[in-house]
Amino acid sequence: MNMTRRQLLILLPAAAVAWKSILAGTPETSPNYNMTEHWWGMLVDITKCIGCGSCVRACQMENQVPDGYFRTWIERYHVSDFDIENPKVDSPDGGKNGFPPSTLSGGKDFFVPKMCNHCADSPCTQVCPVGATFVSPDGVVLVDQKYCLGCRYCVQACPYGCRFVDPKKETAQKCTLCYHRITKGLTTACCENCPTGARQLADLKNPNDPIHEFLKTHAVQVLKPYLATRSKLFYYGLDGSVR
Amino acid sequence: MKAFKDAGHLFRLASVFLVGGVLFLVFRGVLVPRSFGQYGHYRGNAIKETAALPISYAGHQVCQSCHTDILEVKSKGVHKRVACEACHGPLAKHADDPASVQPAKLDTAVLCVRCHEANLAKPKTFPQVVSAEHSGGAPCETCHQPHSPAIVAVAGGGQ
Amino acid sequence: MQIPVEGFMYPNEVELQWSVLIVLYPFLTGLVAGAFILASLERVFMVKAVKPTYRLALLTALAFLIVAPLPLQLHLGHPERSFEMYLTPHRSSAMAMFGFVYLWYLLAVLVVEIWLDYRHDIVVMSQGTTGWKRLVYRALTLGSSNISERSLHIDERVGWLVTVIGIPSAFLLHGYVGFIFGSVKANPWWSSPLMPVVFLFSAMVSGIAIVLLLYMLMCRIRREPIDMGCVDTVAKYLFYIFIIDFSLEMLDLIHRIYEADESFRSLDFMVHTRLFLSQVVIQILLGTVLPILLIGVTQVLKLADKQRKRIYVVAGCLTMIGIFAMRWNVVIGGQLFSKSFLGYTTYKMGFATREGLLTAVVLTVLPFVILWVLVKLLPPWPEKNSALSSVAVAAHGAD
Repeated sequence: MNMTRRQLLILLPAAAVAWKSILAGTPETSPNYNMTEHWWGMLVDITKCIGCGSCVRACQMENQVPDGYFRTWIERYHVSDFDIENPKVDSPDGGKNGFPPSTLSGGKDFFVPKMCNHCADSPCTQVCPVGATFVSPDGVVLVDQKYCLGCRYCVQACPYGCRFVDPKKETAQKCTLCYHRITKGLTTACCENCPTGARQLADLKNPNDPIHEFLKTHAVQVLKPYLATRSKLFYYGLDGSVR
Repeated sequence: MKAFKDAGHLFRLASVFLVGGVLFLVFRGVLVPRSFGQYGHYRGNAIKETAALPISYAGHQVCQSCHTDILEVKSKGVHKRVACEACHGPLAKHADDPASVQPAKLDTAVLCVRCHEANLAKPKTFPQVVSAEHSGGAPCETCHQPHSPAIVAVAGGGQ
Repeated sequence: MQIPVEGFMYPNEVELQWSVLIVLYPFLTGLVAGAFILASLERVFMVKAVKPTYRLALLTALAFLIVAPLPLQLHLGHPERSFEMYLTPHRSSAMAMFGFVYLWYLLAVLVVEIWLDYRHDIVVMSQGTTGWKRLVYRALTLGSSNISERSLHIDERVGWLVTVIGIPSAFLLHGYVGFIFGSVKANPWWSSPLMPVVFLFSAMVSGIAIVLLLYMLMCRIRREPIDMGCVDTVAKYLFYIFIIDFSLEMLDLIHRIYEADESFRSLDFMVHTRLFLSQVVIQILLGTVLPILLIGVTQVLKLADKQRKRIYVVAGCLTMIGIFAMRWNVVIGGQLFSKSFLGYTTYKMGFATREGLLTAVVLTVLPFVILWVLVKLLPPWPEKNSALSSVAVAAHGAD
């Protein structure tokens, strides 16, 4: 976390200028940002997640996510004893307002935040008929809101259920890794507001990013590795029962 | 061209197709967006457009410039890693023009319990209580200062 | 958005993405492909017995092909952007092929073949009719009134070539739809190399069945005797292809049950509960096994004409329902279960909404309306058509 803060402090002047002009209404990207220097991913530490829903609320407010749809959400798992093939899972309103007390006792309980995996071999961008969704040169899977037809093929093709179609805009929506923030040296809204540091933005191309050290010293997992999507959402402490 | 003597109608058909094909190519040349294909099979401008979306959360670094005193307190307590906006909500507008946008008063009955209500799924080491039993209905701020929640009681000990 | 969910589903999965209109689309293009294959039986494979259905099959294919893009357009969030598939088709997407395959099949295959086969009649009618009809026919002649022996012979040869190209084109037109589903690795109900093949064979079954039914119906309307040699042959081909289709579907089922991968329990439960009526009862029993048995009876026993006609009608209708159910089970069934394999949702079909039941019914009826117009414009059986006969007399008289 220290390294990231130092980086942020260095970038702060440029970021301050940039976001101030954003708030004033004139769009511009940070002049320092070069797409080829970054390869974005995220690290989620299951052992730290408390299921408070701050990330879900923050994402909703930052990205105007419509009610009932989720760019990120939290699942609560209950695994009784060794039966990892039959977990009991719930996600009341995506975990947006936290979770009610558990009614199941005995066994193992934990929270799993979910979001777009920003797959390097993304099956959703493969099926888009017109090129409205794509993997950016810096590794973020985005949707071109002006080009999307709303055919919903990408929603079908995502194995993780992270896409939806906005009922008003009628285009595909998903987590953008807060692209409008990370290109200005800020972190994503969910990482910013996570009180326990369970979520951390990672720049896999940055040699100073602490993710490299973490990957070398911890066993990490991705969701559905057998689908070979080259997911860049790394989990630490992910149980085998997680779907 | 004796072979094509009675095939005039086929040539007419072929020319209809040819005209159609040419028209298609013309339309295509005009209608394909200029920045398409710049980085890949998509509109290059889409990246800029996505990056230009408005920001709602200012980020905890920004709060520092005005609220140093509170941040001083916070940095000494266990909430030092919790971002200001995690509790106070998105405040980029307030950071931009502090006088015009006042952050809303927070309701600790809802806010604190979201993180600290006891739940089997939360990590065992995380501080959590059954709020109904813990405070007997008293609001959290009766005993805990949110920016530095440890209770520094004169008698009885700490958190 | 209160959709009842059983178990757990990822929050964004609860609402179905593809509605009954997406069920209708493969059904319609399947009829196109199937009807065309039946037509090609006569033209390329020299099965003379089915000649009476030749022109009708082509017109049926055209009527359904014209309507086919409509359910897709109505489903899209931004139909005004659908032309983007022509501008920047994404080559890795099976769906991107739609625009070009559709256009190719419509123009280069179907329209050309119909034009070549009807050209003689078109020229005759352009000279014999009056008013706006005359204008239509004259436009269709493309300005050429050459109907000499040789030109007609050329038409025949070129038409034969178009049909030959048309067969793989028909396979492509419908096969790619199967691939759209079959290539989605995220969905185990869809992901299978068998999907395009199953779609294709079920398409042929439905196409043949509908032409059989329409032929018998139109003979009734025209008060013409039904050519029993023709319908017997058509039914025979329907029988053979049905057996192949059924075998393929059973193979998929048996394979799933045997391998029992992680998705199996969830899918099995779905088939036994939410999909029981539409899959087991309607698609398999009523829509496949029963028609096969019925037509099988006609192949084994020597039955009277009247009895065979009745069986063909019943079997044909059951087939159509069964093949629609198959599309339903694939499209809707594939969205009823969670990709976490832990839950199920419900399909809430609207009625008078953009993607509702009423829309689906209208889109199903529309091709028949168009077919009626086409049959009036380009009669499949001109010898009995009074306009053509009188035209022939008038033209002859004017010489």
